[in-house]
Amino acid sequence: MIAAAVTFGFAAIGLAVLLNLYRLVLGPGMPDRILALDTMVINAIALIMLYGIAQETTVYFEAALLFAMVGFVSTVAFCKFILRGDIIE
Amino acid sequence: MDFLAEAVVAFLIVVGSIFGLVGSYGLAKLPDTMMRLHAPTKATTLGVGSILIASMAYFLFYENLFSVHELLITLFLFIAAPLTANVIAKAHLHENQVDPKQLPAPEPQASGQTPGWSTFDPEAERQDVR
Repeated sequence: MIAAAVTFGFAAIGLAVLLNLYRLVLGPGMPDRILALDTMVINAIALIMLYGIAQETTVYFEAALLFAMVGFVSTVAFCKFILRGDIIE
Repeated sequence: MDFLAEAVVAFLIVVGSIFGLVGSYGLAKLPDTMMRLHAPTKATTLGVGSILIASMAYFLFYENLFSVHELLITLFLFIAAPLTANVIAKAHLHENQVDPKQLPAPEPQASGQTPGWSTFDPEAERQDVR
């Protein structure tokens, strides 16, 4: 049952990443693209966790944690650049 | 017990991935940036939280391993999501220069000064810092 659920999860999250890619390519403005990238990072974390369950190993948790941190910092940095024209003033 | 654990983990995985898909569908489908901001920052965060709980339950039931990593990731994501929405909304307001005269006027503070509206600081606009 878990294997079927993980397969379903891979399919759904993969489709979600494709939808994010659509918005990333077509998004009319910069904030849309930043939002699409941020959502992509969150979906990538979900994919990493699903892969960890499928492989029955815990080594990928650190990667997911790093993804969470780096994704948040990069989103804030992009927005800061749009807002102020500079990241560290 | 074994069947119950399996059912709980499978249910959490399915619910989480459906929430993630709905959030990304909203990101692709909704017509306006401010509307699009809602779908990923709420639904997708909830979905990934559910998948993290599923992973925690899986390793607790099957390997007798209580891992704190998922809790850390969940905590971090749930703190980061509102902040992300806030900065993206600010960036959107700055990208599409709204006429400040059309916005509702902010109330004067107790100190007697009138603050700016959201990101539109009257002092900063005068000096053209942007």
